[in-house]
Amino acid sequence: MSRLQKTFSALHARHEKALIAYIMAGDPSLEETESYVRQLSEAGADVIELGVPFSDPIADGPVIQQAAERALRSGTSLKKILATVRSLRMKTQVPLVLMAYYNSIFRYGEAAFCRDAAAAGVDGLIVPDMPTDEAGTIHPLAEAAGLDVIFLLAPTSPSERQSRVARLSRGFIYYVSLTGITGAKLTDKVDVEKKVREIRRYTKTPVAVGFGIATPDDARQVARVADGVIVGSALVKLVAEGGQVSDRLASFTRSLKAATLPA
Amino acid sequence: MTLLPDSRGRFGAFGGRYVPETLIPALDELARAYEKARRDPKFKAELDYYLRQYVGRPTSLYYAERLTKKLGGAKIYLKREDLCHTGAHKINNAIGQVLLTRRMGKKRVIAETGAGQHGVAVATAAALFGLQCDVYMGTEDMERQALNVFRMRLLGTTVKPVNAGSRTLKDAISEAMRDWTTNVRTTHYILGSVLGAHPYPMLIRDFQAVIGKEARKQIMQAEGKLPDYLIACVGGGSNAIGLFTAFLKDKKVKMVGVEAGGLGIESGKHAARFATGSVGVLHGTMTYLLQDDDGQIQLTHSVSAGLDYAAVGPEHSYYKERERIAYTYATDEEAMAAFDLLARTEGLMPALESAHAIAYVTKLAPKLKRNQIIVANLSGRGDKDVHQVARIKGVSL
Repeated sequence: MSRLQKTFSALHARHEKALIAYIMAGDPSLEETESYVRQLSEAGADVIELGVPFSDPIADGPVIQQAAERALRSGTSLKKILATVRSLRMKTQVPLVLMAYYNSIFRYGEAAFCRDAAAAGVDGLIVPDMPTDEAGTIHPLAEAAGLDVIFLLAPTSPSERQSRVARLSRGFIYYVSLTGITGAKLTDKVDVEKKVREIRRYTKTPVAVGFGIATPDDARQVARVADGVIVGSALVKLVAEGGQVSDRLASFTRSLKAATLPA
Repeated sequence: MTLLPDSRGRFGAFGGRYVPETLIPALDELARAYEKARRDPKFKAELDYYLRQYVGRPTSLYYAERLTKKLGGAKIYLKREDLCHTGAHKINNAIGQVLLTRRMGKKRVIAETGAGQHGVAVATAAALFGLQCDVYMGTEDMERQALNVFRMRLLGTTVKPVNAGSRTLKDAISEAMRDWTTNVRTTHYILGSVLGAHPYPMLIRDFQAVIGKEARKQIMQAEGKLPDYLIACVGGGSNAIGLFTAFLKDKKVKMVGVEAGGLGIESGKHAARFATGSVGVLHGTMTYLLQDDDGQIQLTHSVSAGLDYAAVGPEHSYYKERERIAYTYATDEEAMAAFDLLARTEGLMPALESAHAIAYVTKLAPKLKRNQIIVANLSGRGDKDVHQVARIKGVSL
């Protein structure tokens, strides 16, 4: 069982939902990322998603775009992020998932990346611009390395794509709550419930919902219908604002985690 | 030669659909609508009607006699896409995609633009069919192409400034893709060059292939034989692929694509993807692009906004590797010299993009024999660039 599977099944046994927290690696520096990861985990995040900064992040809104720019300015690279993961693994067992655009992985080399990421202690991989159709070469490499490739589904996905992603996704399925980019506002929570139910017809793999979840109240509503809630831009914003970042991240994370506990 | 791309949108190793899942159904819908339209004689008749009566096709294939004499080598013909309504080949694709938009029942179109030529073409086609239209444009390009910004506004289009990254074409495409992801159910994204995810590189090529089909017929009429060389500038590469496609099977016809050499390759400030680039993925497609060791897309530079982009169309990458098409580059300075030369010897002001093709013609023609023939694509006219040219020459208007 992978670390992600174990986490979801332990949560399930406790009737809890997963809180998946996203921050941009290297924003403002990898040293700080390392300490943020530990604080997020201690404050209750069940899975941490680390963004790999890319120059042209087409799935991201302004908050994460600017975080990527800051991370690139601080000299962050995929190689250095893997070193940070290696260092984190000596201190924490929280599942770590990388969210990277495909070109970062392609340039690193798919085989080398899968090998190095798994060796460093990365558990899963989300590639927002790599639909299942383009994952033919990386999927077996990742599977052999023990890396969970997490695919996304969207409100526009027809049933044949839902079933395909349900079959191929490992760890969890990332359901994108809205047609749009990260940091947009989620308005139609009824539709989310309907879609999550549709996806569950095809699989027992957990379904986590992301995009547009900005408050504990959003998290509570989504946690009612999904196996996990993913919060990104709201956390990245706290990092961007500076000040007592660690304390504010921790207290916000605690309030989000509370929203995923059984009522 | 087999028909490309394959069913997965691949030109050999290049192409594909590297986009968010949200967009996949829209790409499928577009591919289906296009397949259906392509087989529908009514669609072909409608497209032909607008190309003929509205755009002004066929454009002429003009023998540039004074330029030929001046260069003292091969006979030079210019395919006069500058005579198209709105001043460039971009309208061929804009009309085609607007007709597809109507078939898909969508009421809003968006586009990106670099030089502004594609933006103006889409704004024009949208006005013609009463569609709502928003065009994304980098603020750096808005400054370089202020005239085209105003033209789009006059046509009822909203120009949306993009302030991210290099504030040029690359960032305008990213922003248009984000808009499309958000409004995908009601909006069609009219991409302007043979870039992006499948089926865009295929359908845009097909809409531009009219250039080469006409040119092939025209040169046979004028000379009774095929040309020795075809020359076109390559940004994304739609005017080039549009001219080349009809001649791909003619093994004796050599083809050269001219990229933007900017301030020179050594300066690092250029957009010559084949000269120094490598394979990667940008904006949905796998192709040659300018990137660093970590896969970050590099900033480009060209005097011409339309060539100032980090990636080249995937089909060009395919023909480059198969050595069917050769690629070279012309610097800003060479393009400016070609602009002056063509204006003074032929009374034709080329778009700065097209001036790159002319710059290579000036190098190639003198090396060829007088009975050899070059067909160069004069893909657009230079009216839009007059302010930019004045600025470069240090003239205030």
